[in-house]
Amino acid sequence: MSALLSIRGLTAGYGGPPIIEDVSFDVAANEIAVILGPNGAGKSTVLKTIFALTKVLSGAIDFEGTDIASRKTSALVTLGMSAVPQSRNVFRNLTVDENLDVGTYAAPPADKTATREKILELFPDLRAKLRQPAGELSGGQRQMVAIGRAMMCEPKLILLDEPTAGLSPAYLERIFDLLLDIRKTGVTILMVEQNARQALQIADHGHVLVNGRNFASGTGKELLADEDVRRSFLGGTPE
Amino acid sequence: MIDFINFYLFPGLAIGSVYALGAVGISMIFGILRFAHFAHGDLMTVGTYGVLAAAGIIAINPLLLVPFGMALAIVVALLVDKVFYQPLRTLPTIYTVISSFGVALIFRSLVQMFWGSQNQVFNSGGVRPPLVLFDTFRISVLHVQAVLATACIAVALHFFLSRTRTGRSMRAVSDDPELAEVSGLDTEKVVRWTWIIGAALAAIAGLFVAMDTSAHPNLGWNLLMPMFAAAILGGIGKPMGAMAGGYIIGLAEELSSYHWIGNEALISPSYKTAVAFVVMIALLIVRPQGLFKGRLL
Repeated sequence: MSALLSIRGLTAGYGGPPIIEDVSFDVAANEIAVILGPNGAGKSTVLKTIFALTKVLSGAIDFEGTDIASRKTSALVTLGMSAVPQSRNVFRNLTVDENLDVGTYAAPPADKTATREKILELFPDLRAKLRQPAGELSGGQRQMVAIGRAMMCEPKLILLDEPTAGLSPAYLERIFDLLLDIRKTGVTILMVEQNARQALQIADHGHVLVNGRNFASGTGKELLADEDVRRSFLGGTPE
Repeated sequence: MIDFINFYLFPGLAIGSVYALGAVGISMIFGILRFAHFAHGDLMTVGTYGVLAAAGIIAINPLLLVPFGMALAIVVALLVDKVFYQPLRTLPTIYTVISSFGVALIFRSLVQMFWGSQNQVFNSGGVRPPLVLFDTFRISVLHVQAVLATACIAVALHFFLSRTRTGRSMRAVSDDPELAEVSGLDTEKVVRWTWIIGAALAAIAGLFVAMDTSAHPNLGWNLLMPMFAAAILGGIGKPMGAMAGGYIIGLAEELSSYHWIGNEALISPSYKTAVAFVVMIALLIVRPQGLFKGRLL
């Protein structure tokens, strides 16, 4: 498997001291990769840096073999990347349908109607809400709109920042199931997740960060079985 | 009753149209660029003088020359954004607000420099008789034109914002600029369109005022406060709210001087602007989020 996204020695921050230092990992095509770690480990910063929302101080980010470290966010969308922020991830005053439509503006898909239909098949709950302002939906439904919006440009890679944050356990499972469905459509997923144990169960690979640096990497199974990782981040014994 | 309609209601709707057109620009600029544009009144003046200049060369109804005023206002607005506002974009918005005060002064001074400080009247081919309906209603043709034009613009703007890609992008940026960036939207293009629409509507509004009274360098500056009141009243950042706010302020100003009780004006016309603000404050006490909060447009 060739790497779709390759990060080498990435150091980045928001102007002050770097938040992440010398972070390296690969994301293979069509896998679900998860970034784990305690609060303040720099997990979200990694996603923001990949998506050109923070400054790269040093290191390289390769997407399909192209160095994208100095590209703008809009250019990354055109290259086939999209992202869902953790909070404020929908346009609240726009309808669900308009939210989905906005997702196509930066990189229009070949057949917008077909793409929209494909997304509504993945998220059938949204079909009845298309004309409703996204701000009126529940947290879980909003998350679906946000992921749907990010998928409207038919990305190769989608970056998700804590897609299950603040959701009820029932929705949490649904979102994880949906991520598996999304992967089946050929999309690669790189996400940050607090619900580490559940995330590792669906992930192909996990990358643990501590204090902005690589701590451990491995397959989901390996990390779930790893004594250090389990003791520090997962709590309890393996299931 | 007839007097009420002829001398208060229609003039109220006409000035309401002017406020509405100006307030839309203020509201959109606030929604997308996140700052109170204090040069908007003077941008209106610039547009008006653009038409005046064209009217000096082409002797037709000045309303038909409005594209010249719109074009001048648009070019000036885009230029000012590029030179003054864009470099301040990443700084706290107060810098841009103060800068817009400076721009307002520049606009006013340039108008005085090029066209002089005296009042100038549009030569619209002599006194135009009012429109007489059913032998009783006598309404200024210009007032009818202002109301109709504003209604058409409101429909067009609604269509533009809700159906077109640029319009939806504008609403998306207004809703959440950070998410708009994450979605890969071209925010600078959205900013350009905001200026284009705001400046064009300001020029139209200015022309109506100037044709109704006269053109002078303070024309737009004098209208700035009621336009801001209208924009705030409508729920700032909501173009359709600003339109509604414009009509409420315009009507409140005119109707307050009607002799509702006895034969005297209820409130002296000199207090018109104060009335606008009392209405704004009163409505904001009842509805602090503005009229159109939570609505789509």
